Amino acid sequence: MEEKTISNSRRCYKQWLWFMVLFMSFSVIYVDAVWPMPQMISSSMARYTLNPREFIFQYSSGSSAQPGCSLLDSAFERYFPLIFTDYRAARPRQHDEWFRFPFTVVVHVERAECEGYPDADSSESYKLSVCSGQAALRAETVWGALRGLESFSQLVYQDDFGEYFVNETKIEDFPRFQFRGILLDTSRHYLPLHAILKTLDAMSYNKFNVFHWHIVDDPSFPYQSSTFPDLSSKGAFHPSTHVYTQIDVKRVIAHARLRGIRVLAEFDSPGHTQSWGKGQPGLLTPCYKGTVPSGTFGPVNPANSSSYQFMTRLFKEVTSVFPDSYVHLGGDEVDFTCWKSNPDVRGFMLKMGFGTDYTKLESYYMENMVNITKGLNKTAIVWQDVFDYHEKIPVDTVLHIWKGSPGQIQQELSSITLAGYRVILAAPWYINHIDYGQDWEKYYTIQPLNFTGTEQQKKLVIGGEVCMWGEYVDATNLSPRLWPRASAAGERLWSDERMTSSVIDAFPRLVDFRCRLLRRGIQAEPLFVGHCRHEYQGI
Amino acid sequence: MIATLKFTALLLAVVVCRATQDYGYKDVEEPTLGDSQYGSLWPLPQKVQMSTVAFKLSGVSFQIVDAKESSSGASCSLLQNAYRRYDEYIFPISRMQGQNKKKAFASVSELQVWITSADSECDNYPSVTSDESYKLSVDSPVAVLKAPKVWGALRGLETFSQLVYEDEYGAKSINRTEIQDFPRFTHRGLLLDSSRHFLPIKVILANLEAMAWNKFNVFHWHIVDDPSFPYMSRTFPQLSQQGAYHPYTHVYTPSDVKMIIEFARLRGIRVVSEFDTPGHTQSWGKGQKDLLTPCYSGASPSGSFGPVNPILNTTYDFMAMFFKEVSTVFPDAYIHLGGDEVDFSCWKSNPDIQKFMAQQGFGTDYSKLESFYIQRLLDIVTTTNKGYMIWQEVIDNGVKLKSNTVVHVWMGNKFEEELQKVTEAGFTTILSAPWYLDYISYGQDWQKYYKVEPLSFNGTDAQKKLVVGGEACLWGEYVDATNLTPRLWPRASAVGERLWSDKDVKDTNDAYSRLIQHRCRMVQRGIPAEPLFTGYCAHEYKGV
Repeated sequence: MEEKTISNSRRCYKQWLWFMVLFMSFSVIYVDAVWPMPQMISSSMARYTLNPREFIFQYSSGSSAQPGCSLLDSAFERYFPLIFTDYRAARPRQHDEWFRFPFTVVVHVERAECEGYPDADSSESYKLSVCSGQAALRAETVWGALRGLESFSQLVYQDDFGEYFVNETKIEDFPRFQFRGILLDTSRHYLPLHAILKTLDAMSYNKFNVFHWHIVDDPSFPYQSSTFPDLSSKGAFHPSTHVYTQIDVKRVIAHARLRGIRVLAEFDSPGHTQSWGKGQPGLLTPCYKGTVPSGTFGPVNPANSSSYQFMTRLFKEVTSVFPDSYVHLGGDEVDFTCWKSNPDVRGFMLKMGFGTDYTKLESYYMENMVNITKGLNKTAIVWQDVFDYHEKIPVDTVLHIWKGSPGQIQQELSSITLAGYRVILAAPWYINHIDYGQDWEKYYTIQPLNFTGTEQQKKLVIGGEVCMWGEYVDATNLSPRLWPRASAAGERLWSDERMTSSVIDAFPRLVDFRCRLLRRGIQAEPLFVGHCRHEYQGI
Repeated sequence: MIATLKFTALLLAVVVCRATQDYGYKDVEEPTLGDSQYGSLWPLPQKVQMSTVAFKLSGVSFQIVDAKESSSGASCSLLQNAYRRYDEYIFPISRMQGQNKKKAFASVSELQVWITSADSECDNYPSVTSDESYKLSVDSPVAVLKAPKVWGALRGLETFSQLVYEDEYGAKSINRTEIQDFPRFTHRGLLLDSSRHFLPIKVILANLEAMAWNKFNVFHWHIVDDPSFPYMSRTFPQLSQQGAYHPYTHVYTPSDVKMIIEFARLRGIRVVSEFDTPGHTQSWGKGQKDLLTPCYSGASPSGSFGPVNPILNTTYDFMAMFFKEVSTVFPDAYIHLGGDEVDFSCWKSNPDIQKFMAQQGFGTDYSKLESFYIQRLLDIVTTTNKGYMIWQEVIDNGVKLKSNTVVHVWMGNKFEEELQKVTEAGFTTILSAPWYLDYISYGQDWQKYYKVEPLSFNGTDAQKKLVVGGEACLWGEYVDATNLTPRLWPRASAVGERLWSDKDVKDTNDAYSRLIQHRCRMVQRGIPAEPLFTGYCAHEYKGV
């Protein structure tokens, strides 16, 4: 394009005609390229050739983010090779003679939080207009700008001769749900750092914004705590090769931040804590066989005040390491048999007047945990079990639904929101459960707000989460099992439901997007018979 | 000094922790984990005597050499290549430099490989009759691997490498062991489908490598099918030009095919190519006009095409030329001719075919037409001096077959009845029905594959002898380079042991303990074999 920018729609229209004349003879393979589908998108057949040697990102003069905004500067660096996937040469210097009429992506951000972390209330909306030989991207926050850059990068395509194009397009976009998460389980199998970082990359391509790090559980405790180093030195699969050091954790958080992704740490208790017991003697409940300890251990011992002292110190560390204002406390699947067998626990039950209702004991424990969290200025997220036992929990606690039939899930959504709690839906997206065939359709057609409740109640559903539990998953199979199946949930959580209700419409777009993921080095598996121009080259 | 160590395979240290909850349904019982007395051997050899006496392997001086008496020597590059390969598996980190210090402990300094028969078959291709037996004797100071042919030596080298473990100080160790081994079935195959998704060469080679670790010996290359025709034919180049997903990036050139065949040969693996007809041929039609049957909608052609057109002489001229090429490109004595899932509706719609049916007196029995086609095809292939394999429908439909035809049983339910029927008719057969690994489900489905007993059908001993083996099939609807390898391994390993080891090797707990170590070994050797359950490998997968 030889013309310089003139931003008015009539000019665009004229060009549109001009392009029509010029390009109608070529076969244009152009599908609605953006995944997940933006809230509003319109495009014409008019297209601009993009030349990697004449392409720049620029801050608009009025933008509050300017060169030096580390978050966007590094996003520009990242997106250039994502847009020009075949371009290997170094970028040209801006003052070169021939570099006069670059295609410019002008970025305007109203509030620059370039060094901050994304959080629950971060705006991710943006407006993107590709017109008159330039792209204008406007966003309230840097997080919105990141989403817009992703959309722009997906608008660019190559023809058979390797030339890059972008069509004249207008997008106005914002997420349907504020919380769009992916859970990885690093306890059942240790996931090497590079597998986590790669997943974060793919998450940003799918506009996911929460990495729920289910970091410890029964099988292993890979989190290396500075306060309690024995937890990982005794509780990890291996004390030096199968742990996440503080530097590793910082790297994950930094990598996520640059992609507008929150890192939500889960330290699940009182159940799912077998591995904790190895490095913290006295923490777990000794189970009894008759009148003598059997040698095995149950959940965290809720009858000892030392348990709460330990938890206070651990969570003090955790909440300072993880900057997010939320922390996940778990609270699921507590098995009462060990508590029941233990005479000290029974004595405590009596003292507290709990009778034989062990759910009260669990409530007591979780109440303490939520209060500890509150004392550290963090908001708690807990699995639905905590609500099911009717604990007195602060009303700002977020409930996480993970189980039940579709009917039960709807019921749970109704009752949790009726009680005024916010809720995250994960149950329909247990993506570790695999099946033969195109199960992405199942994840795609979930309707998160399809339950009985007022408008007010529906607003309390803050989002959803794809869970990849680790029983059968490690670095060997994580990526192809996650992508593009999680992409289906990604669109459900970002896009308008009426615009994206048809799996038939979604299929060709997702096929296309999957090849794009592949091109970007994400090992995304095929949806069905077919091919990508560039197949995966690993094994 | 002879160190006595408890056999702990620390090299492959694997701990499986039992997660108490499963976040959902659980369909298969988890086997209990104990130490197998057989360490990490997979598939389990026919006879193993393993002592607790352990020897060291020196990182400086240990070597694999030809025994003096061996009929094979330095000129046998198949074995020389294998020695280097297995040396690298045993010492994955570069070998230590330095002098061979005076030993203060008993060690194995050499593995001598002794080919006992006059003809080592070093430069041959493996065949259906290749002798894969071997004897391995591990002692200090030398271990001896005796095999009649190179094929057995390859299997024995794999077994030897599986016996090596790291002691707690990281030293490579091996216990005094006597092994006598041979396969239970001669055909132990794996089918990969390169038509539904194109599989880059690299993926095929990596999986041939993994096949050798699991003692598979047949790569059944389902190379073309409806969706694409990636085989580049010299005689009919337009087949891939028009029928592949892409004429340059999604094809197998003659040199690619050669490379795959040689890579397989060096690992004792046959390459049996399948060119499936008359159905499953949509992609053939793009590059070969008039090969497929034009379907009719009422009185006019609908524009779509059906199976190969069986009534034209040009069809058979084409097939004769095509299979003449295939028979020279693929050295194996067998070609798989397919013959499955022929849809008759297009044939029925076509007036020329209706006329032909009437002329031939076939009435409305279209399986007779199929039979007509197949018989002519078999005659053509017979002239190339190849044997052939066909899918079970061909015999189900009553086609007359030469007695040396191998029938491939694939239909899911009641495979026992089918085996009974096929062997009763006197045909050699291989079994795939219970081993369709493309069907995935949640949980430990390897056990399902492991528990299959191929000879459980009713029949005489003579009938049972006709079952020469089986094949794990990984059809390509949902599989390409991104997910093929972890989906295949270690699930196919379960089939591997069923086909190699004695029929009485069926203790799932023992298998579980060996298999998790075997899968960690595959991971360490660079194959992303997926986990069986919660746990870890000392060396996790490093790729992404």
